[in-house]
Amino acid sequence: MPATTADRAQSDSTAYLIGAAAWLVPGLGHLWLGRRQKGIIFLVALTLMFVFGLWLEGALFPFQLAEPLVALGALADVGIGLPYFIARATGAGAGRVVAITYEYGNTFVIVAGLLNMLVVLDAFDIAKGRK
Amino acid sequence: MTSHFGLMVIFSLLVSVVFATLMRDEPREQLAFAGRLFAGFIGAGFLIGWLLYPLPL
Repeated sequence: MPATTADRAQSDSTAYLIGAAAWLVPGLGHLWLGRRQKGIIFLVALTLMFVFGLWLEGALFPFQLAEPLVALGALADVGIGLPYFIARATGAGAGRVVAITYEYGNTFVIVAGLLNMLVVLDAFDIAKGRK
Repeated sequence: MTSHFGLMVIFSLLVSVVFATLMRDEPREQLAFAGRLFAGFIGAGFLIGWLLYPLPL
């Protein structure tokens, strides 16, 4: 796919801004860099994965440093960006431990966040002219 | 839709699509890579399922 603005390396501050945008809204970094097809796929697939995880009654983990695995789960959850904060604000992601799909939901939510972190790194690398 | 298999298929599909989009630039290459990844996910799921089948819970 032909890149447009991504062919030129961005300045440091712009690259970090693109990274932040990519984190906040999945796919926004690639859209910013002119990689429309990739941006739209990331936006749709990652958001869908996160919402599906919540629908499966997965939980958004709290930042509990006393429980390292829970804290790591929370870090992965935040990786999806804005959808995480919307879910928190609307009370979604309480999780129902006894639900048969609880662990599946957690897996979907956590993996969506981790994949978005990879997408952020990719957008940052493109912005820096490394790819 | 919420069967083990159904959820594995949905999960595999979404992860394959994201990885393929991330790692390939051309749409044809993305499609081929996503297909291989998806088949790998499903195949590995079946294989691990059969390997675990004889184990007592």
